[in-house]
Amino acid sequence: MADRVRAAYRRRAPGEPRALGYLYIAPALVVFVAMVIVPLGQSVWYSLFSWDGLSVATWVGLGNYGALFSDPTLRGPFLHALVLLVFYSLLPIALGLLLAAAMSRVRLRGLTFFRTVLFLPQVLAMVVVAVTWRWIYAPSGLLNEALRLVGLGGLAHSWLGDFTLALPAIGVAGTWVGFGLCMVLFLAGVQSIPRERYEAARLDGAGPWQEFKAVTLPALRPQIAVAATLTIVAGLRNFDLIYLTTAGGPGNSTAVPAYEVYHRAFEIGQVGSAAAVGIGLTVLIFLLTVVVSRLVEGTQ
Amino acid sequence: MTTTAPRPPRRSLPYRALAAAAVCGALALSACSAPGSGSSTQPRTKSASGISTDPAKAGKVTLSVWDQEVRGGQNAEITQLNKEFQAKYPNVTIKRTSKSFSDLKTTLKLALSGNNPPDVVEANQGYPDMVTFVKAGMLLPLDSYAQAYGWAKRYPSSLLALNRVSADASHFGEGRLYGLSQMGEYIGVYYNKAKLDRLGLAAPTSWSELTADLAKAKAKGELPIQFGNLDKWPAIHTFGVIQAATAGKQEVRNLVFGTGGAKWTSASTVQAATTLQDWARKGYFPSGVNGIGYDDANKQFAQGKGVFDITGTWEAAALKGPMGSSLGLMPTPPSSKGLATTGGESLAFSVTSKSKTPDVAAAYIDFITDAHAADVMLRTGNLPAVPGKAVGKLSSSSIEGQMVAGWQKISSADGLVPYLDYSTPTFYDTITAALQNLIGGKATPQQFTQTLQADYSKFHQG
Repeated sequence: MADRVRAAYRRRAPGEPRALGYLYIAPALVVFVAMVIVPLGQSVWYSLFSWDGLSVATWVGLGNYGALFSDPTLRGPFLHALVLLVFYSLLPIALGLLLAAAMSRVRLRGLTFFRTVLFLPQVLAMVVVAVTWRWIYAPSGLLNEALRLVGLGGLAHSWLGDFTLALPAIGVAGTWVGFGLCMVLFLAGVQSIPRERYEAARLDGAGPWQEFKAVTLPALRPQIAVAATLTIVAGLRNFDLIYLTTAGGPGNSTAVPAYEVYHRAFEIGQVGSAAAVGIGLTVLIFLLTVVVSRLVEGTQ
Repeated sequence: MTTTAPRPPRRSLPYRALAAAAVCGALALSACSAPGSGSSTQPRTKSASGISTDPAKAGKVTLSVWDQEVRGGQNAEITQLNKEFQAKYPNVTIKRTSKSFSDLKTTLKLALSGNNPPDVVEANQGYPDMVTFVKAGMLLPLDSYAQAYGWAKRYPSSLLALNRVSADASHFGEGRLYGLSQMGEYIGVYYNKAKLDRLGLAAPTSWSELTADLAKAKAKGELPIQFGNLDKWPAIHTFGVIQAATAGKQEVRNLVFGTGGAKWTSASTVQAATTLQDWARKGYFPSGVNGIGYDDANKQFAQGKGVFDITGTWEAAALKGPMGSSLGLMPTPPSSKGLATTGGESLAFSVTSKSKTPDVAAAYIDFITDAHAADVMLRTGNLPAVPGKAVGKLSSSSIEGQMVAGWQKISSADGLVPYLDYSTPTFYDTITAALQNLIGGKATPQQFTQTLQADYSKFHQG
């Protein structure tokens, strides 16, 4: 070991006192370890026990993790979270790209105004968003009244009370919140693409689709990676919207992992299981973001 | 080998060492022993004769109290009683911390496991809270205080039972006493008098009259019962009331407290589930009831949509404002099995086992639950668990008068049945999801009762 350390240090370029560098990051590192790494370690430790939060815990090893796969009330939330990703991540990115592509062809007057309006949902507190959508989706709420007004009363539903529609309904609220962020990111990206590339593409006879595919999309890669990472993380730790709209209902059809963490840890006293769900969620987020950065960003 | 091995990335070694050190450190800091160990020592108890019931002799004492009485009338009541207690015993200073119910629920565990917990806390009945606290030895059994102060005479046994936990902390409803509750609550039938008049109906006096009225109201184009179950828990109350009527109080009590080998799949519980589903199918509830919020439904009722509204006494004050004298309230009318309705009492004021002045703490609990305290609670618009003499001053036509009269009727008939979600630690989840399935037509009454029974047998066997 000592030899290897010495060897490692001998290889470094002269005038580069690397070890000293860690002294500079030490203050931040101490805070990071105390606030993030230690609680993470604690959660891992708790997840190996069956614990009510107060009395002595019983060791269950990986039992809580096994339940993530075998217990339908735990497996369900993870599946729902993946469905919600379509609404929280895929749709906002698609919508954002569509808008950005359109804006790259035509320069719109009052762009700042539209950008602000479309970005607004991102700024609102989630509580406000949840309460608003609860009203919109209520059986005699805005959406159903609007449907009846245009003679589509047959399509009116008890949106949040319907076993198959509740999850997509919440998803749509998530799309509404998320797409403004994607759009702003992509618009900024599009504006930094040199106009010459579009001119060149047009001179070569490219149509709108080819132009999008050959110029816009490749240039937006870094922005797409950022948008995907942000929306995936936001989608997977989605708690407030569920907590405030359906509390996981009807039945368990909208239960998500982040809600289970809170519910188990604070409401029904299953701290070990809550920790396991939390760690499972962390791993899932980590894996997905790694996949995104490999696929989209194309980095190693 | 060394020549063919890929060159390590430049910063690899120190970086990895650091990361490893961080992870090891994290685990070392947290992983010294099983969570919760070292905290569990069962509290010592005193005999009734060793208790001082006079706080004046306790010397200078600061009593730290955590309560959840943050709302209007509740806050007024406890503020006044605290003031009076400190005036009576100038040597005692009350340090009050009041938090909303959910704030209290999420922070109390941590506070209790610390070295200096509050002396008096309001503990929520049931497995996730009170039973867990008792199991961890955080609360002091109050039986000798109950003897010294005569609490068994003050309270009906069914109310004390809710604050009792068995000696092995495996179940509650019997065993040692861990607290006293100030206020009562029950699920009643609110009705819109103006609408009943227009339908040519009187307030129902029996369960069969109530169900007949629902059909008549529906036939005349009125919404029979205003109800919203988006928040999942309201259906526990609606179903509880129906089950109390079809199964009777004894069977429900046996079920919830796990006594007498009762089963959720019994004919009378299946019948209750069938009734609830029928009501939903026949349109006795608003359509899309699983998608309507609880508060929204009550607001609709207050605005005149719906003849009946089956919910708790806690809604009386909010409904009274817009409805005035057209609002009526009664306990669920008696079925052939007698008067029975779901209900309970407010959170229990309990003494923590680490309190240095348990005698003063118990004296405080005695003070805020005695006859004078009941008067204060009534005056501030609350429903005391044991209404005192001030009841006579309430007008019998006022909503408060009807609420208290209903409570006394239930108490004298011993008709209170516990909330169904007390049945097992996971029952809240099980029954709320199952009820949404039942109401939404996703499950038959038989499947519904089997779901409940599965959770129930798992807990009582395991």
